[in-house]
Amino acid sequence: MTAPAVPAGQAARRGPSPREVALAVGGRWEMAVRAFLFWLVNYRRTWRGTIYSSLLNPVLYLGAMGLGLGTLVDKHGNASLGGVSYIAFLAPGLLAATGMQTAMGESTYPVMASVKWLKTYQAAAATPLRPSDLFHGHVLFTTMRLAMNSAIFVVIMAAFGAVESPLVVAALPVAMLTGLAFATPIDAFAVTREKDQGFAMLFRFGMIPLFLFSGTFFPITQLPAWIRPVAYITPLWHGVALCRALSLGTAGLWASLGHVAYLVAITALGLVAGARTYRRRLYV
Amino acid sequence: MPDPEILIKARGLTKRFGDFTAVDGIDFELRRGEAFGFLGPNGAGKSSTMCMIGCVSPPSGGELTILGLDPVKDGPAIRARLGVVPQEDTLDVELTVRENLLIYGRYFGLPRSVIEERAARLLDFVQLTERAGDQVEPLSGGMKRRLTIARSLINEPEVLLLDEPTTGLDPQARHVVWDRLYRLKQQGVTLILTTHYMDEAEQLCDRLVVMDGGKIAAEGSPRQLIETYSTPEVLELRFHISDHDQAAEKLADAPAERMEVLADRILLYVADGDASLAAVRGLGLEPLTSLVRRSTLEDVFLRLTGRRLEDV
Repeated sequence: MTAPAVPAGQAARRGPSPREVALAVGGRWEMAVRAFLFWLVNYRRTWRGTIYSSLLNPVLYLGAMGLGLGTLVDKHGNASLGGVSYIAFLAPGLLAATGMQTAMGESTYPVMASVKWLKTYQAAAATPLRPSDLFHGHVLFTTMRLAMNSAIFVVIMAAFGAVESPLVVAALPVAMLTGLAFATPIDAFAVTREKDQGFAMLFRFGMIPLFLFSGTFFPITQLPAWIRPVAYITPLWHGVALCRALSLGTAGLWASLGHVAYLVAITALGLVAGARTYRRRLYV
Repeated sequence: MPDPEILIKARGLTKRFGDFTAVDGIDFELRRGEAFGFLGPNGAGKSSTMCMIGCVSPPSGGELTILGLDPVKDGPAIRARLGVVPQEDTLDVELTVRENLLIYGRYFGLPRSVIEERAARLLDFVQLTERAGDQVEPLSGGMKRRLTIARSLINEPEVLLLDEPTTGLDPQARHVVWDRLYRLKQQGVTLILTTHYMDEAEQLCDRLVVMDGGKIAAEGSPRQLIETYSTPEVLELRFHISDHDQAAEKLADAPAERMEVLADRILLYVADGDASLAAVRGLGLEPLTSLVRRSTLEDVFLRLTGRRLEDV
């Protein structure tokens, strides 16, 4: 390489060419992809560690709960599980719950870091990218992480023999959608925060109760009747119910559409809210 | 037909946060190729003004035109032609120096080959070529600032916005940053900067406004401001603490255009400092130390606001 022909500032005096200015402001998708690239470049540094935990978690849960606890459960008859083994009942529930956990991991602390600790969002807001582009870029990245973790989970599920129907392939996008129904509203919330204390509350009083009581480990018909409607309004229950129906091959068309519609609606509400909260936070 | 040489034009520009008015109806124009500064203490409204120019803060009132466009409607198109060096570093400290430039270039939709060529040139310009592959985290404050400047130039902006470019840097690092900014200025890059350092304003700005309490108190070149609002020389006198107040009273009779009594010093604004010192001694006063110096923007600020820049 020879020495640079044009000094740094001389080009800047002319400014970007009209063509560059025109290219700088792209359509919604293109702008979101630019914001997504930021996450992707950062992920290149950490992906190995995340793959290990994505592999290890399902193995541990399916091993301990599915096989270990499942042996005990299956001895007492499986009528209340719909006549399938406990591991076949549990695995699709955990698949949906993995979607929720992945989403909550991505949409809490990483968003806080971008807007508060590193201020990389503020750096990006000084470029042609708009706050909504930054939001959409992060949702795209979360979608990618959901696809990775759900796919790994389905493969391990199959390896454990916990799949009853080839329709489990359709449970993969449902688990991703379940994750997005958490990711978009929580992104919208996280970007407004000044401190990360709210996140610990969210995990303790939001994620863990949902994980335990949304039908992942036992059918919610085991719960007292008066509390069941609480489970019905949580996105996780819809995700669990549909993933399970697909994996067991018992999915009915209308019930499935109902679950999907609910998850899409929550995701869409989160998208609307996030576009507003990102804008309010980044445009002072 | 708007003048294409006027890049930014503000009329009655106002920014309110609830009941608080941060920027209170200011007027200014930025011309192509000049280095324009906002000088003022913390809280004067400088950063709020910069955020409005950077199209990340919608004005509460007044008019603002940037590159002939409306910052509220055309934010992305305007920002495509601006470079921004924010007050706080916003680098991605987990990435390498070069990766920070690559990602930033992608935000502007530049092709990778173009970004790589520019990144090499810009790292050379800010003297960070040797650190290109290193992570940003352990770099010194001065290096991070230079990287931020390189990053702001990746889109070859028509206007470079610098918000307190050397605040928090040690004197040596400040001089390196000044040197780079001075080179950009020599190359004809249009600069707009805020600062509360009068030496920074004097070194870099062709023209500046003095801001205080959200308003513009004065406007002109550093030279013009000093000529208008101060005297050619300043005589600084320091007395023993117990004599300070008494000396101040006596000095009221000294032949000076103006006198400022500070906590630790007394300043006499005069045409000829040495002659004045002789006159002070003629009054029977013997200061512990005396200093004759030229007027600076600090004196202009003191005259305009009654306060010193660093006091606020």
